[in-house]
Amino acid sequence: MSYNWEVIGQSGLQFYGKMSASISHEFKNVLAIINENAGLLEDFTLLAKKGRPFELERLNPVTERVMKQVRRADGIIKRMNTFAHSIDQSDTKIDLNETLELVVALSERFVAMRGVNIVKTFHPIPVMITRRPFFLQNLIWLCLNFAMDAVGDEKTLGLVTEETKEGARVIFTNLKALTSGSPMDTFPAEQEKALLSLLNAQLATDLEAVELIITFARDIRR
Amino acid sequence: MKVLLVDDEYEMVTTLAERLHLRAIDADFVFSGKDAVTLIMEEMYDVVVLDMKMPGMSGLETMEQIQEIRPKTKIIFLTGHGSVADCEASKKHGACSYLLKPVDIEVLIEKMCEALTG
Repeated sequence: MSYNWEVIGQSGLQFYGKMSASISHEFKNVLAIINENAGLLEDFTLLAKKGRPFELERLNPVTERVMKQVRRADGIIKRMNTFAHSIDQSDTKIDLNETLELVVALSERFVAMRGVNIVKTFHPIPVMITRRPFFLQNLIWLCLNFAMDAVGDEKTLGLVTEETKEGARVIFTNLKALTSGSPMDTFPAEQEKALLSLLNAQLATDLEAVELIITFARDIRR
Repeated sequence: MKVLLVDDEYEMVTTLAERLHLRAIDADFVFSGKDAVTLIMEEMYDVVVLDMKMPGMSGLETMEQIQEIRPKTKIIFLTGHGSVADCEASKKHGACSYLLKPVDIEVLIEKMCEALTG
């Protein structure tokens, strides 16, 4: 089977660039907070040297903030590492729940910028399918990006995973703006179609339930 | 000097405000552009230090609204974003400075003083 690798490659590069920029921005914010708290400790030291009265209790909140940001940075790096390594992997058995958690975490800043609240309802046990992780993440991001526009004024987006007899489904729910018709004029576009073909997935909308559904067979045939 | 800090990163903005207070600079803080605009309508600030990318109203949108309400208030951007396009856009809109996080507080204070005397 032939795939549109030019479009898939372009989409992948854009996805990778976007996520990398977001990760670097978030990391900068972590460094900024650590910088300010380190500076505050320096200020306390200078004040103490000048003989100004100083309460030791003021130190604890500062160190707690630094430790919190170190943990935050660790989480960012772990996600970045998982994301980066996913490009190395060909068709692999992966947990759809974990993949969605990763994409949502990577997209956190974009989601916050658009004022959207994501409510996750994942299947209680791992939902395993065999796919190329990076391109699956790419497709999910593109659908999430679309869904954030289609969610309408209410701004609460539902994200559901289901196991089916043949495989699995990812459902974006509460897409109130779907009924107005215009979002579907441009979606799925060329890159989504190319990824759907590569991932052997089907995309459908349920206008009554205002949902976008991606369906996957459990295994992939190439 | 009375300063308003605007950033959605709670621990960044509260710690920076504490450090400015230690230097006898009167600093308030809010966590969104919308809250900044609301506060600006009630209070006068000499300088507003704005993050560029925030949920809801962006830094540039916030700046435009602040300028309509308080044209004499000086604006400094303090951002982790760092794109040339954003820097140019901020200057085009009349920002006094565009600084990158993490920032040296003495540099920030210097820029705030320059903004007031310039």
